[in-house]
Amino acid sequence: MKLLDRDGVRADTFSRATPGDRDLHDRPIVPLESLETQLSSREKRHVGVEVSNVASVEQLAPHFDDLALIAIVFPAYSDGRGFTLARRLRNAGFRGVLRAVGPLIADQFAHALACGFDEIEAPDAIAERQPYEQWRRAGASISLPYQQGYSRANSIFEQRRLARRGECNA
Amino acid sequence: MYKYDRFDAHFVRERVAQFRDQVERRLEGSLTEDEFKPLRLQNGLYLQLHAYMLRIAVPYGVLSAVQLRQLALIADRYDRGYGHFTTRQNLQFNWPKLVDVPEILDLLADVDMHCIQTSGNCIRNVTADQFAGVAGDEIEDPRPVAELIRQWSSHHPEFSFLPRKFKVAVSGAAHDRALLKAHDLAIRIVRNEAGEAGYEVLVGGGLGRTPMIGKVVRDFLPKGELLPYLEAVMRVYNAEGRRDNKYKARIKILVHEIGVEAFQARVEAELRAIEPISPVDETAELARIAEAFDTIDYARLAPRSERFEAARARDARFAAWAQTSIFTHRVDGYAAVTVSLKPVGGVPGDMTSEQMRLFADLAERFSLGEIRVTHAQNLVLPHVRLDDLHALWLELADAELATDNVGLITDIIACPGLDYCALATARSIPIAQAISMRFGDAVRQAEIGPLQIKISGCINACGHHHVGHIGILGLEKRGQESYQITLGGDATENAAIGELLGPGVTAQEVPDAIERIVDHYLARRLADEPFIDAVRRLGVDEFRAAFLGTQDEAA
Repeated sequence: MKLLDRDGVRADTFSRATPGDRDLHDRPIVPLESLETQLSSREKRHVGVEVSNVASVEQLAPHFDDLALIAIVFPAYSDGRGFTLARRLRNAGFRGVLRAVGPLIADQFAHALACGFDEIEAPDAIAERQPYEQWRRAGASISLPYQQGYSRANSIFEQRRLARRGECNA
Repeated sequence: MYKYDRFDAHFVRERVAQFRDQVERRLEGSLTEDEFKPLRLQNGLYLQLHAYMLRIAVPYGVLSAVQLRQLALIADRYDRGYGHFTTRQNLQFNWPKLVDVPEILDLLADVDMHCIQTSGNCIRNVTADQFAGVAGDEIEDPRPVAELIRQWSSHHPEFSFLPRKFKVAVSGAAHDRALLKAHDLAIRIVRNEAGEAGYEVLVGGGLGRTPMIGKVVRDFLPKGELLPYLEAVMRVYNAEGRRDNKYKARIKILVHEIGVEAFQARVEAELRAIEPISPVDETAELARIAEAFDTIDYARLAPRSERFEAARARDARFAAWAQTSIFTHRVDGYAAVTVSLKPVGGVPGDMTSEQMRLFADLAERFSLGEIRVTHAQNLVLPHVRLDDLHALWLELADAELATDNVGLITDIIACPGLDYCALATARSIPIAQAISMRFGDAVRQAEIGPLQIKISGCINACGHHHVGHIGILGLEKRGQESYQITLGGDATENAAIGELLGPGVTAQEVPDAIERIVDHYLARRLADEPFIDAVRRLGVDEFRAAFLGTQDEAA
């Protein structure tokens, strides 16, 4: 698996914890089922959790302050539930790292970032077929989207609002 | 008409460049065919039986003469000299080459057009009443709302990989001409008790293999609150719509399975969760968009045109055409003219590039440069002076575009069927042609009166057969095409799903079967009673006997 973010491909400082080796990892990513045990038994700041795309905000919200990372699994690139879960987690106030895990493609980079993901953990096969340059280019292909409150970029609606205000002041 | 501002224009150009890049990456292998498929579909590019098919968006059915001329150019340069208007007010080209598509998209962008989201599991091109802004029964023009939704839904980061397609329709009129209740989501502009205009929202309608009538989920949504509400609906659907079975993945199944009250509760809960996000200033945006539609400079005319009345009295064929083709305009002295794309024995919805150019000229001369596409696969010239109607009719007749059958038995909706479509199980077009030939006589059609036949070549129901007064569904049974006939469907505000009359019939038997139904209607109707009213009064069972040819025994 390769880890991609806005700046390029980078090393993963987290690793998946398996039952029984809880002390081996500095920054574990644990399944949701063992989250409570992990949080009670270690330094809380560096724990990540991996959840399926049908997890609920209610399951995770009580742990937001203790979680450094939430990884959401995409079973297929065509399954967009992870985008909505990311958005719901951001709406509910999660400020840690959001990671999309699974066979996303370069053309979904912009969607993922706009919905609140910080990074993509993509299978090697896809990362090799689609080098980072393609992710960067696809991610930047729409420089000014319509939707407001999604990507870091300004929205078209916001640009028009600013233009209207400018006209009023002038 | 709405003109792109610099942001819209920039967005569409970037979308073209993005697709060009996607095509290149597909051709050099970075994208597999599986990965490329949803990307090309979201740009309206299908792989059909014989070739690619490119579906061009005609947002809410509004088209300019300049745009139609550009479509004619594309038809000649990149296709086979014709296009096909669809039941979602779009236009399809049936023979483009993949490598040419980016070039076609650039030509479309030159005239403020695109193929964005005319296919794929995303929010599709928004449709509307073809008489928007023209109809007298309108509370408000729905086009600004439709355009706002077009923009908001374009390349949406969260809702581009939905469980299934999502179709939206908008109307501002008392009468439903936009098939609102057969859409995943529909917006009707209504007034509340205080007299304020707002939105009634319906969810969960749809045709396909499980036809359902949309249900009201909000009876009055105040203006200015539409986009957060849509976002909440889409979020609930994206999270909870079924993904285990594509035939159960539309929002209608979710609403049906959890119940409309539970669905409403989830949407309202979602709305509470998104309140902190600063909303778009919808009022200002709608006002900005509405300005583009308010620029028409109508002449001050008398409500009655002596020239029109004289022509009608003098020329019976013109009078017959006027009878079926004219829709009353809200402005005195004008009419909206529906132009049939259903010549007797022709292919419903097809138009040659030559006809497109000629029609564009007529739109400029007679209709302030504006054209509408209807979901019944016809075109409308929305702003014709009554004084000009006879002159227009003569020119339409020269171009073989003056068929006087709008709303009659040969004004048939038909999907492309097995002649083009990869999903089809039977042919639709030849069935439409055979019925059209059988009932082609103008006097006979007029005698029968309003009657809608709708034909689909498979269970997906692109031809809207469920809501046809007479619906025809083509299936494949043991290697043979078999046609199921339904009766009593209704595509208006009284939306109803037709009932099956009996076992399927062969292609050759369809015209006879339709004729038995029609003859029974003619024998049993009251004076001036339209077909659909007679079906309701008499009941489907009585027609079933006629269809089966057993009414004598039953009597």
